[in-house]
Amino acid sequence: MPRLKAGQRHWLHLTLNGKAVEGEAEPRLLLSDFLRYELGATGTHVGCEHGVCGACTVQIDGAPARACLTLAVQMEGAAIRTVEGLAPAPDRLSILQEAFREHHGLQCGFCTPGILMSLDAFLREHRRPNEAALREVLSGHLCRCTGYAPILRAALAAAERLAKEAGDA
Amino acid sequence: MKPAPFDYLRAETLEEALEALHQAGTEARVLAGGQSLLPMLNMRLARPALLVDIMPIAALREVADAAGALRIGAGIRQAALQARPGLARQQPLLAAALPWVGHAQTRSRGTLCGSVAHADPSAEIPLVLVAMGGHVHLRSRRGARRVAAEEFFTGMMATTRAEEEMIEAITLPHAAPDSGHAFREVGRRHGDFAITACAAVVDARSARLAVGGVADRPVARALPLPSDPALEDALEQFAWSLEARDDLHATAAYRRHLVRRLGRAVLEEAAACRA
Amino acid sequence: MDDCGTPPGTLHAAILRSPHAHALIERVEVERARALPGVAAVLTGADIQALTSSLVVGVKAPMECWPIAADRVRYVGEPVAVVVARDRYLAEDALDLIEIRYAPLPAVVAPRAALEPDAPVLHAGLQGNLASDRSFRYGDPEAAFAAAPHRIAVEIDYPRNACTPIETYGVVAEYEPGADAYDVLANFQGPFSIHAVIARALRVPGNRLRLRTPPDSGGSFGVKQGVFPYIVLIAAAARVAGRPVKWIEDRLEHLAASSVATNRATRLAAAVEADGRITALDWDQIEDCGAHLRAPEPATLYRMHGNMTGAYTVRHVAIRNRVVLTNKAPTGLNRGFGGPQVYFALERLVQRIALELRLDPLEVLRRNLVPASAMPYRTASGALLDSGDYRAALEAALAGGGHAELLARRDAARAEGRLYGIGYTAVVEPSVSNMGYISAVLTPAERQRAGPKNGAQATATINLDPVGSATVHVASTPQGQGHRTVLAQVVADELGLHPQDVRVVTEMDTAKDAWSIASGNYASRFAPAVAGVTKLAAERLRGRLARIAASQLNVATEDVVFAGGRIFARGNPDNALPFARVASASHWAPGTLPADMDQAVRETAYWTPPELTAPDEADAVNSSLCHGFIFDFCGVEVDRTTGQVRIDRYVTMHDCGRVLHPGMVAGQVTGGFAHALGAALFEEHSYGADGSFATGTFADYLVPTAMEVPEPVTLHHETPSPFTPLGAKGVGEGNCMSTPVCIANAVADALGLKDVTLPLLPARLAAHIHGPEAARPGGGAVPVAGGRQLFGEGSAMVAAPRERVWAMLLDPTTLAAVVPGAHDVQRVSETEFRAEVTLGVGPVKGRYRVALTLSDLDAPQAVTLSGGAEGALGFGRGTGRVTLAEDGPERTRIGYRYEAEIGGKVASIAGRLLDGAARLVIRQFFAALAAHAGGGSAPREGIFARLLRLLGWRR
Repeated sequence: MPRLKAGQRHWLHLTLNGKAVEGEAEPRLLLSDFLRYELGATGTHVGCEHGVCGACTVQIDGAPARACLTLAVQMEGAAIRTVEGLAPAPDRLSILQEAFREHHGLQCGFCTPGILMSLDAFLREHRRPNEAALREVLSGHLCRCTGYAPILRAALAAAERLAKEAGDA
Repeated sequence: MKPAPFDYLRAETLEEALEALHQAGTEARVLAGGQSLLPMLNMRLARPALLVDIMPIAALREVADAAGALRIGAGIRQAALQARPGLARQQPLLAAALPWVGHAQTRSRGTLCGSVAHADPSAEIPLVLVAMGGHVHLRSRRGARRVAAEEFFTGMMATTRAEEEMIEAITLPHAAPDSGHAFREVGRRHGDFAITACAAVVDARSARLAVGGVADRPVARALPLPSDPALEDALEQFAWSLEARDDLHATAAYRRHLVRRLGRAVLEEAAACRA
Repeated sequence: MDDCGTPPGTLHAAILRSPHAHALIERVEVERARALPGVAAVLTGADIQALTSSLVVGVKAPMECWPIAADRVRYVGEPVAVVVARDRYLAEDALDLIEIRYAPLPAVVAPRAALEPDAPVLHAGLQGNLASDRSFRYGDPEAAFAAAPHRIAVEIDYPRNACTPIETYGVVAEYEPGADAYDVLANFQGPFSIHAVIARALRVPGNRLRLRTPPDSGGSFGVKQGVFPYIVLIAAAARVAGRPVKWIEDRLEHLAASSVATNRATRLAAAVEADGRITALDWDQIEDCGAHLRAPEPATLYRMHGNMTGAYTVRHVAIRNRVVLTNKAPTGLNRGFGGPQVYFALERLVQRIALELRLDPLEVLRRNLVPASAMPYRTASGALLDSGDYRAALEAALAGGGHAELLARRDAARAEGRLYGIGYTAVVEPSVSNMGYISAVLTPAERQRAGPKNGAQATATINLDPVGSATVHVASTPQGQGHRTVLAQVVADELGLHPQDVRVVTEMDTAKDAWSIASGNYASRFAPAVAGVTKLAAERLRGRLARIAASQLNVATEDVVFAGGRIFARGNPDNALPFARVASASHWAPGTLPADMDQAVRETAYWTPPELTAPDEADAVNSSLCHGFIFDFCGVEVDRTTGQVRIDRYVTMHDCGRVLHPGMVAGQVTGGFAHALGAALFEEHSYGADGSFATGTFADYLVPTAMEVPEPVTLHHETPSPFTPLGAKGVGEGNCMSTPVCIANAVADALGLKDVTLPLLPARLAAHIHGPEAARPGGGAVPVAGGRQLFGEGSAMVAAPRERVWAMLLDPTTLAAVVPGAHDVQRVSETEFRAEVTLGVGPVKGRYRVALTLSDLDAPQAVTLSGGAEGALGFGRGTGRVTLAEDGPERTRIGYRYEAEIGGKVASIAGRLLDGAARLVIRQFFAALAAHAGGGSAPREGIFARLLRLLGWRR
């Protein structure tokens, strides 16, 4: 493997929301900046760049992770999912997104994409989560608008609907 | 708030990584999960000339039972280990502490060995390593060595790792059949650095308490059993010996107070779950 | 904001900031930064000041306010240089190449200390740090105090905190040289009175500053008013660079230097009757606005001026308001704006009254509340409380919130030996600020000269396009209050449409939109003012459309009905026209309009309430139009072991007038509650005594998460405001006023505390619960306090004769040989050394310039070392006394005492590191000393280096 030199841009190949994409990155480019400025996926927001606020959370190979604590060059060959990949169709929201809308789970919406990516990953593996478990997942995110209560309601409602759909299927 | 420039090497083999570390010396840092290193890069507190990414190295992605101990390779992420079947039985202390390590969103990428290498005195994984009497396996181009956890950590972010060495794995002895374990932590918020974290291992004859967040590294000590009236004085001595300091979030006196109270509580809990 | 498109060729700015709380700038060296490829411009304070004028200061005082420092820095984080480069990464690389030489000055941090005669002075023109001092008197407070049987007082130091929206500031600025005009896109939130301040600073008339705001701002809570100095800075940078320039504030910049709420030192006394009735209040407030008085400060101090008596009927009030400057970040709007500071004092006082007179706190509240029969009620200092039945709301809250059960829970918990308490608060929540309230800081004579200021102008425009669809524009800047949802509903209701048919446009553009100085989104004005004026515009447009339709339907205008997307005759729904047909008539067939009607294309409504008059001769001021009422109570338990506070139940009763949208109101309440909980338990912008800033990251400035914030029980008691079009009042700020003190009162009740300081640190509460710590067994030194100031002492035994150790300490060649990482050691004189050193702990490495002086030499027994180090990661200064004593023929006891101060980047963002690093260095010192003196081999660690580290710097 050649050493990628500082100050030079290097091609990267990865999957973004199921599609193969490529882009150029200096070794030091953060995944958050790569997604936003190189790939134009601005749904991922940047709130602190030290891994605390959670706004930049995306899914890397299925697991929620901070895009600001990841270098773009580490993502060669990885599968990344961002908030742009949640909706099943351009005119249809996912169950989770719909629940956020219904329960006013967002106000300014800045922290929302990160929260959705965490919850989406969590709800895939936990069909019937209790409130405490959801609070724990949410504790990796800071929201300054909602006071979390509407987010929690939205998450619980989404979990219920997802469980129901899984049961029906 | 963007990192200063550095070269990046995606190491495919251990040899490749060791060679790079050997050549770059103090200017290189190992990149594993990056959950401790990236904030420092972003804030430009750290400015290595080279990052050696060891995550592609297959040999480091192994967890193995080895001679009554769990050997955890440097490529093992915290979340992956958390999901390992039987962890709570073999490594009850580690299983109890892992949920306290950062948040789910950082455990998904952060590695156990990375946390050990970072050597934050409040971190949970170094504390468990010390409490269990585990070992750190270091390797450089010159060879490999094994260091007892209690000797590995020497201070705030300071260890006995030499510049060109990297952590290859850590080993944690499995819980003895007759022993009980308990872990508790007090922080300002969930997921914060521990103000004080206590881990206890108790068997029929002995008790051991490890404390994080108070001294400048995790410290373990053999103490009287919870039923022994001598515990009170021993805890008092232990609390003072850690040379606690005031900071923004807690006073030294508070930390000593928590060592006494929380320390006793985890020892009792460990003794109780043994029975 | 960062998602908004930028013009091609846009460059990116980064800002170099002061690591010092107070220092003179002696030299600025930017050539290396300018020479870096990709850098377009580097601007220093002098460059900016040459292009701009000082920001207007809100008091009559000889002081200026610049967005960047030129000759002196006054707080950690103050801008000192701006780099414009191809991208942000490069711009930050260039920041590293700028060298600034500072001469540190003593700093002042606490507001009371700033008033001491020998306090360091920030602004030479002021002759001190007092920027404003006004006294007010309403009724006859002296007589009331003289007549009252009790005088009960509290003394409060309210801490600094901030709302820290997750989206930070952002500015994109462009300069058009031909027109001498600036075009700025910024997530500014208003009030747009600041537009005048910015234009003046940029030295252009208002029509040459086009200020646009994005459709969405990621939360503000007042904070995004404070982006305006950066608008000036980035606009000037764009002018110099000759290209559009974009700047997105990062989190470290935001925490250190955006806009925090004021900290305030308050003494409040009440004249109290035996039954708990308060007859007079005596306020003494010292407001700390930080290093600069930035517009609209000192507004935080005056926003509550009309309602300094809270929800109570107190007729006699004395107020002394002082504004001081300290070496901390400048303050500005934050949710609750002035309310938390006032109510913390007032409601702690009410609890103390109950305690001291052995009354039920609820009885004290009931006896003092303004009665419903008195509404609208004019307070002593001039506010007109618009509506409310406070007593009924209180009783409803007690019944609906399970107060009786909570009392039982407290009894049960206490019977088990647990620490459980209940707190209460009643507050009046002002909203829709009078643009004139801040002029109360001026004397009546000064106001006379300046001309009257008052009102709260709101504007809304509704457009009908050629297919008859409606678009609403308001002069407001949404940050998550549901502008689109609520305004679409208001207009749809009026015009008989579905909300989804109404489009709401929320960008503002000062070049094209109807706006005024009060425009913007602050002072909880959305529901009462902005939604209200939208209704007025919709009513007027409906009136026009009704007349057009009436002639076509052949009915009287009063009989035209709007519903379901149609316009029809009352009683005969078949006689109908599609709404779009009538709404587009003005475009396609203006000739069909009634003769006296010019158009029905666009309707702009302006609204300002007549109740908001300018402050009068006696300084009475109706500071806000609406006054909601909040009554809160809560039960908390304090953990006996950890001192951590758990909210068992929190009940909050709101009278916010008419509730326009229950979901949105609920979100405002839970959101405000979370901010308030943070202020009560976790958040503080913390400064060391030397002005070093300690909470520079989200790991130290603790914002509560979903694990810490319970959901409050929210209740409503609606009494519509008679003064607003929709009867609504503000609702988003109230809990920031009521909740911190409610929790504090509960904790005080649980622990029997007399004084409560926020945030409620578990360490502090545990110390109260458990009393003083027993002495260290067997004696021995108690480790000294850590933090940014380090003190210490110690000793070591060394197996070497005293003379050898002495020689070692003073020998520069030894020094050069043993200091690790030394690039260059120079002996400047017999007793002065300079060195360049690279030091690191873990991955944190930095390069430092070190200067060291030896004095008070008493060979071979003692020497004083003083020194300093400065580098990109921070700086340190310290002195120490080293003593050498013989302890046998070949043994020397080295004793040392040291004091050191550290500051700068590492101190701000990684304070934990410092404390640990200090200990590491001390331990290594002893190890190295023993090895060196004992073994005689080359020491692994230089003794002198260790001393240097101990004395001067940490990294």
